[in-house]
Amino acid sequence: MPASATALCRDCDWESADADGLSCPACRSERILRHTELGALAIAHVDCDAFYATIEKRDDPALGDKPVLVGGSKRGVVAAACYIARRYGIRSAMPMFKALEACPHAVVVPPDMEKYSRIGRQVRDIMTARTPLVEPLSIDEAFLDLGGTEGVHGGSPARTMAAMAREIEAEIGITVSVGLSYNKFLAKIASDLDKPRGFAVIGKADAEDFLSTKPVGLLWGVGAALQKRLANDNIHRIGELRQYSEAELVRRYGAIGTRLARFSRGDDRRTVKPGRPAKSVSSETTFNEDIRALDKLTAKLWKQCDRVGRRMRKNRLIGRTATLKLRTADFKILTRSRTLPAPTQSADILFQAALALLEREADGRYFRLIGVGLSGLESEDNAPMADLFGENDARAAALEKTVDDLRDRFGVAAPVKGRSLGPKAK
Amino acid sequence: MKLTIDRGALLKSLSHVQSVVERRNTIPILSNVRLDAGDDEKLHLTATDMDLAVIEAAGANVAQAGATTTSAHMLYDIVRKLAEGSEVELSLIEDGGKLEIRSGRSRFKLACLPVEDFPVMAEGELAHHFSLSAADLRRLIDKTGFAISTEETRYYLNGIYLHATSDEGPACLRAVATDGHRLARVDTALPAGAADIPGIIVPRKTVGEVRKLIEESEGEVMIGLSDSKIRFALDGAILTSKLIDGSFPDYERVIPAGNDKIMTVDNKSFVQAVDRVSTISTEKSRAIKVTLEDSVMTLSATSPDAGAASEELEAQYNLEKIEIGFNSRYVLDMAKQIKGETIEFRFADSASPTLVRDSEDENAVYVIMPMRV
Repeated sequence: MPASATALCRDCDWESADADGLSCPACRSERILRHTELGALAIAHVDCDAFYATIEKRDDPALGDKPVLVGGSKRGVVAAACYIARRYGIRSAMPMFKALEACPHAVVVPPDMEKYSRIGRQVRDIMTARTPLVEPLSIDEAFLDLGGTEGVHGGSPARTMAAMAREIEAEIGITVSVGLSYNKFLAKIASDLDKPRGFAVIGKADAEDFLSTKPVGLLWGVGAALQKRLANDNIHRIGELRQYSEAELVRRYGAIGTRLARFSRGDDRRTVKPGRPAKSVSSETTFNEDIRALDKLTAKLWKQCDRVGRRMRKNRLIGRTATLKLRTADFKILTRSRTLPAPTQSADILFQAALALLEREADGRYFRLIGVGLSGLESEDNAPMADLFGENDARAAALEKTVDDLRDRFGVAAPVKGRSLGPKAK
Repeated sequence: MKLTIDRGALLKSLSHVQSVVERRNTIPILSNVRLDAGDDEKLHLTATDMDLAVIEAAGANVAQAGATTTSAHMLYDIVRKLAEGSEVELSLIEDGGKLEIRSGRSRFKLACLPVEDFPVMAEGELAHHFSLSAADLRRLIDKTGFAISTEETRYYLNGIYLHATSDEGPACLRAVATDGHRLARVDTALPAGAADIPGIIVPRKTVGEVRKLIEESEGEVMIGLSDSKIRFALDGAILTSKLIDGSFPDYERVIPAGNDKIMTVDNKSFVQAVDRVSTISTEKSRAIKVTLEDSVMTLSATSPDAGAASEELEAQYNLEKIEIGFNSRYVLDMAKQIKGETIEFRFADSASPTLVRDSEDENAVYVIMPMRV
């Protein structure tokens, strides 16, 4: 392969040092990548296209040409929208009822998280076969550092990524979009440029030009509040940040000034950190009708705790901080956290902590969502010393592990706590 | 109100009361210290956080009696920065709206809030009264205070449990504190009048404030208590506090009685060695491993990032080999309170609570939970 290749056919790996012609001379494909730095860029961001929705379409061909939304019932939010649905202006995280207003004939599929995470792992396996430096950002996206893999794969990182995208399509039946650049920040931006089934490249030479006219909100870490402060100082576009020195930006905006100065010049020094472990395990549910009664909320809360506990134990994790999340009828999100005496994986201990938090909030307001999570995670092998008065913790953990075993054998409904059955039926 | 007072006396009293005042208060008046200048040639300073109130008197030349409240931390910071040995003049000006502070060529005017708004902490009926020497009280606090829990979930562990008992020998007043990982139990001779006191939990903050008040005191501390309040009175200072409303767990249950592997070691060498070796322990676990075999104690620590450390020292031990891990910080906190020359460990096995005793204080017992290493 010519080291100076500046054109690459994404379908047949044809490479050339000159970048003419609309289609590939070898296979007639029009998916030709052209960039002067194509052979030199090694940091990739890979993002699955409408991940949940694509999987549902894969598994039910009848959905193929229909707008598909994955999400809870009418009252939930859109977890994923296929590209057909997106034409109606639907985006993920939009309330489902709004999405259905925009596109009443959309097919709503309830999410099957277990399936998605299984497929997410398959995708990840294909990635880690290319490089050990895979940093997952979520179930369906990851950074890859392909530096130094040219010899192993007999080709440039660009070629390796194009081949990987084809393999994911062929083996798993979903599509991904690839962003290739020389750092994480630009790779992530690039993967979004050519979606779906895309491949975009940002090189060192074109990074500053590319960024100049883009809104500052594109920068990682610039949220609504900072955007507003920047706008007050008449900074709207990334290029406008470059008129200030790093010192000046730090003086004005604090520590993030360093990042603003560097990112605006396409400089991101973060490295790809493989296998970044999960930061929290959580579960939430949106109610079919708003709830305010504490006993009903409590029953809902327990179910979520039960799910979190089960996942914690499955992944052999313990967590130190319990967080309760509530969404009020008027869509305000409340989160309340409490540090536990000791890290736990017990649903019951999580429940006791979350219930104490819930009791303070359940003051007659109506809620539409409840969620609970554990963060401050570590491996259960790192469990700290036992507690002098902690017999109950050990007993709760042993009991819950036994219940897990029973459920694995007889199904989720096998043994449940009385409290998950909710308040007494009339 | 108008008075002059020695800067040193004012500073000492202010330092006692200002630490009661929380740095951040939603209720403005709680940021203030109440100043009362009476006809008794004393300035009375009061501060409260609604759970705890300290009132302290300092000698002053009162020209005109009166009272006001002003920011405790601000006043403290000002007085702290005034020249040592100087006289401070406090006077209410602008119809009581401002407190003027003059010293040397400095002059400050501080905003005031009306005395009527300053909350009074009701003491209620204190049914039990006894006195304890300041030295005894210091001992009870110092030898247990380090084990007080800071986590909120088990709020009933956020203080020292004080009660009278005669379960094991002569009647005594007993202080117990634990955070679930370590426990300290210290006894002192039962003072007259304390036999019938209820078991009470004195909050961590109160313990700290009392400790400050008695730092230099050699006298007696008069203690009055009910099942919801406690009052400490000494040398012109009175501290009144609410108690933690909860029940302290059955601590006797977790003090191991059957630990038969007894080891003694020189306390000073032990503390120094633990301190040295734990330098390498990870910040998070602070784990240190203790290996005992043939009269040799080996302390070791490893950290995946930093490296490894070990140190040997002589110990009185000739039973079967033991390997056990501890949080080095817990070991040091405890060992620092052991004043005897030797420290005695009683082990069961590497996973069970270890009992620790002071060779020169049989009335102090410590329990420490091992950790996996």
